[in-house]
Amino acid sequence: MEYSKKLIRELKVKSNLIRQESIRMIYSAASGHPGGSLSEADILAALYFHVLKINPDEPDWEDRDRLLISKGHACPGLYAALAIRGYFPVEELNTFRKINSRLQGHPDMKKTPGVEMTAGPLGNGLSGGVGIALGSRIQNNIFHTYVLIGEGDFQEGCTWEAIMFAGFQKLSNLTCIFDNNDSQVDGPAHEILDVNPIIEKWQAFNWEVLEIDGHNQEQILIALEWAKKSEGPPRAIIANTVKGKGVSFMENQAKWHGKAPNREQTDQAIRELREAIS
Amino acid sequence: MLREAFGDALVELGEEFSNLVVLDADISSSLKTGKFAKTYPKRHINFGVAEQNMLMSAAGLATTGLIPLACTYATFSSMRACEQIRSMICYPKLNVKVIATHGGIEVGWDGPTHQATEDIAMMRSIPNMTIVVPADATAVLPLIKQAIELDGPVYFRMGRNPVPIVYKKDNEFTLGKAKIIQSGGKILLAACGTMVNTAIETAKQLAQEGMDCTVIDFHTIKPFDEITLLESAKDMDLIVSLEDHNIIGGLGGAVAECLSENLPKHLIRIGVRDTFTESGDPKLLYQKYEMDVQHIIERVKGFFQRRNTKH
Repeated sequence: MEYSKKLIRELKVKSNLIRQESIRMIYSAASGHPGGSLSEADILAALYFHVLKINPDEPDWEDRDRLLISKGHACPGLYAALAIRGYFPVEELNTFRKINSRLQGHPDMKKTPGVEMTAGPLGNGLSGGVGIALGSRIQNNIFHTYVLIGEGDFQEGCTWEAIMFAGFQKLSNLTCIFDNNDSQVDGPAHEILDVNPIIEKWQAFNWEVLEIDGHNQEQILIALEWAKKSEGPPRAIIANTVKGKGVSFMENQAKWHGKAPNREQTDQAIRELREAIS
Repeated sequence: MLREAFGDALVELGEEFSNLVVLDADISSSLKTGKFAKTYPKRHINFGVAEQNMLMSAAGLATTGLIPLACTYATFSSMRACEQIRSMICYPKLNVKVIATHGGIEVGWDGPTHQATEDIAMMRSIPNMTIVVPADATAVLPLIKQAIELDGPVYFRMGRNPVPIVYKKDNEFTLGKAKIIQSGGKILLAACGTMVNTAIETAKQLAQEGMDCTVIDFHTIKPFDEITLLESAKDMDLIVSLEDHNIIGGLGGAVAECLSENLPKHLIRIGVRDTFTESGDPKLLYQKYEMDVQHIIERVKGFFQRRNTKH
């Protein structure tokens, strides 16, 4: 399938705005996780602004597609996407991590419109998606379930229970997207606990796998389209990404996993991001 | 047997609640969910030996409007999948029922790895959780039904072995409301689960020696029925809590907290005294770990002897 230049451009702008809002939010909270929010931004833009069948005016619409963010710490990206998509005012992003806010430090499904599953402790999201996909199958629903995971999730045991189960049960209505930014709190993932080989692992558990550049909007759209069309096994998309993508001093720097930028750094980051779409 | 009663109840409830789904982790034969699986194959899912995935999937299933009953041994649900229960089910208050069997040392032969003696304490300290510990097979159906009707997480704890019937068929139970089995005397026996029968036997023997007891079944440990405890405890000289669980944090803990804040009274906590036990015939384990009728009576008498000596 060919995607129009207009659409690709629109999604690039959206992912750029998600990045800008993520940086602002974390600066305002003086805490949060920029690295993973920036690496997932292009995937979130494709899903929220083109792929997902959702209605921000009716967040609990029964037939909506579900997207679960298992890497809950990267919720600035999620909150930014939801706000820009119209689930709540963009100004509310300033309340992130502050007392009395709907925007908790890690996503709370009961507080934030559009958040499908509470998240934070890594390794749970895919199992949550498995439950939703099963529930959908049992009740003959038509929606599709997507789960976004990171290396931390991939290292947790529960994820493998879910991968084994979904492969065995042929949950074709479930897609897992792996935001593979090769960076975790203590450093590069391949130095801490290497997750490779990724494709072979997934295939061994009876999934179909596609590897893409997680910052190439066209490739993301093609992969998401492919993932939905399975008639048997669940499908996984390995999206190779760069932690801190779009902000020069954050890219591939593990130290920006969970650190807030100061005023100067924030200004520079926003400047760089604005220039990228000017 | 409570597990048999549970299995039979499920089939009946499956008819009434079309959104009920039963999840197993490879021990459906032990949990007696087979009848449900046969009657409603589409609504039964076996997760294999993967309790974390089962509990987390239960959270997912609940968001689609189904009511999952996640069934496994108490040690596995309360500990292996504790985070899923705490952070992913109780925190968002999802409608998941955790069905736990093999609670307490009455598991016997399998030994301490399979004897859940901390589960009630762990579940009690989690907000939004309701904890139910039925005393016998008669209590299972009405209580599981009310647990299903309740919109929120429930930890439903049963033992492994057959227990004597405590209640006649027509008994009524209300979730959250303790059941007074007999009133009178100056000793209050507050029990749950399999220890309710022990409390009744203890009361019988003490009555023969002229010491009448009140016996209350606290089948709902959380929310704890403080009103019934305080009203009954008012005129008592001694309160005894009885549970097949560590004396820390379970029913004994709930009774101690309630009394010391509202109505300080002397309390004896019968249960596992902060130790791991061992394999063996449950009857002999109860004796060795001083949870049988004889030892309870000795402790009750000991209290009154000491008190009378002081006076």
